[in-house]
Amino acid sequence: MDTTLLIAAAIKIAVFIGITMSFVSICVIFERRFSAIIQDRVGPNRTMIPLSILGFKKDLALPIGGLTQPVADGLKFILKEDFTPSYVRKFFFWLAPVLVVVPALLTMAVIPFGSPMEIAGNVIPMAVADLNVGPLYIFAIASLSVYGITLAGWASNSKYPFFGGVRACAQMISYEIALGLSIVPVLMFFGGLNLGHIVEDQVTNGWLLLPLWNEGGFIISSGYWADPQASIQRLLLLIPIIISFIIFTTSIFAETNRMPFDLPECETELVGGYHTEYSSMKFALFFMGEYAAMVVGSALIVTLFLGGWSIGFGIDNLLPVGAWWVSLLHIGVFLGKVTFFILFFILVRWTVPRFRYDQLMNLGWIVFFEAALINVFLAALVIAYPSIGFVGVAIGFALLITASILLIKIAKGSLEKPSATAV
Amino acid sequence: MENLVFYLFAFMAVAGGVLLVALRNPVSSALAMVLSFVGLAGLFIGLNAYFVGIVQILVYAGAIMVLFIFIIMLLDLNDEKPVKFKSSSVVAGLVIPLLLVVQILGVIQAGSKGNRVEFEEITNESMRRSAEQFAQLDEDKVAFPREKQSAIYKSLTHEKSPKLPDTNLIGNTIFKSYNYPLQVVGVLLLVATIGVVILSKRSNKQAPIDS
Repeated sequence: MDTTLLIAAAIKIAVFIGITMSFVSICVIFERRFSAIIQDRVGPNRTMIPLSILGFKKDLALPIGGLTQPVADGLKFILKEDFTPSYVRKFFFWLAPVLVVVPALLTMAVIPFGSPMEIAGNVIPMAVADLNVGPLYIFAIASLSVYGITLAGWASNSKYPFFGGVRACAQMISYEIALGLSIVPVLMFFGGLNLGHIVEDQVTNGWLLLPLWNEGGFIISSGYWADPQASIQRLLLLIPIIISFIIFTTSIFAETNRMPFDLPECETELVGGYHTEYSSMKFALFFMGEYAAMVVGSALIVTLFLGGWSIGFGIDNLLPVGAWWVSLLHIGVFLGKVTFFILFFILVRWTVPRFRYDQLMNLGWIVFFEAALINVFLAALVIAYPSIGFVGVAIGFALLITASILLIKIAKGSLEKPSATAV
Repeated sequence: MENLVFYLFAFMAVAGGVLLVALRNPVSSALAMVLSFVGLAGLFIGLNAYFVGIVQILVYAGAIMVLFIFIIMLLDLNDEKPVKFKSSSVVAGLVIPLLLVVQILGVIQAGSKGNRVEFEEITNESMRRSAEQFAQLDEDKVAFPREKQSAIYKSLTHEKSPKLPDTNLIGNTIFKSYNYPLQVVGVLLLVATIGVVILSKRSNKQAPIDS
């Protein structure tokens, strides 16, 4: 391999993992300040640098609000006593936190952070691994983090962690199906699995959720309507895409065990869930894994639906291709969008109450699974319009509606409680 | 470099397999199997078969083994007691792997005799060439202009980073060349699923099923 590419790969790995880890700590401070705002409190806003323990007279208070709070939080985790109960299964007890963090960080590898940079004649994509199976890679590696949580529950060898582990296992398997099925329309539209190409497609043809411009120009100019059939088709496609977006975003909440779906660590029922027996840095690793999964989830939503690193509105095409400052600008735009989604995650956590476990399962298996399945066919009909014509679409639509009504009927039937004699 | 990575993943796969048999705790065995699957996936990816490698993790390590572990934990299986094997099962356990070894040896033999297919190294140049061939193959079938016609063509000739579109190629092969067998397999799986549901419900005589 070329030395330049090798060095670039090493730098990319260091920088992107660094970005993810600093985002994790930024998430913590965001979470604390934002929840404080929602609950009409102040939150941590005056953390100082404790120079007094070094012998100085006064602590140093920097005028940056509570931004040094994550440092204090991290130090607290490291300095606390690392207590391992005597009854746990030692090997798995130590392995479990690692199995939560590592997959979450590995999934970051395929996310394109910015536009490709040109260094010494080499075009370097701003993703650690520019794979052709991007979303599949993320799903595959993310599904491995189930082991961490399940093993944590099992290895703790006590009642409540075990419940938490089993719950997490069932929940994550269920929502993986909805997660995978919901982005099938998106992948059908792009016709490929390379996240870098997906973003480049969105730069020229408008973001997936915001198709306001294409190669011809804006939606108000005549250039946009140069091929009216294609434009109308693209706008019609918004219906399945929005359904996809809603299902996908909600499933990400469930996959990361975030608040409306945090049944595995539900403290009113399970003490602390799967991490009840964990303390100190091992607990912090679970924490980090959850937040890293949230960051990756937001990054994936942004990449698939909201144009990834593109500034949008045709501005990207005016910028020089491959210049280093353009790449950095794009990275900044991408991180801004990800921050927006992280704030959204936090907002939902502090406003929506927790689901009951059967409601969670019904939502995953009966509502989302069916909706995603119908959605796939809906998107297929819109995409296939040029080749099967109006009559074909009409027949397909009639069939789809019949099948949907049948499905909804069956789903409603399975929602009814079994009669008393059955059990 | 590539050799090193190959031996790393090969070691993972073999070590996982050995541990799966050697460990007594069912959960440890299941995890050893996961290790083996991840190693295998790494080997597939080393052969440029990204899709197969990822699906290996997604389906086997990510879904099937999670279910295994889930069931093991729900049933609360304890450490396996050493079992006295019957002589017939010992013989079967010896003969079947031996057959497999013979087959592998046969494949290696055939490969070293020189009648193996020479694969071209994947470079940007070779990908462009096969893209041209692919476009010509498709020209008489597809009415679209060449640029719009397929993701395979686009991916092979992508100006910035041409890539071997293995996912699209697999999809193309399965859904175009082997569409009928695929549907037959699909129906077979459906029948098997329904069969399993019915069998598992029938065994539960105490609880009558309400429709």
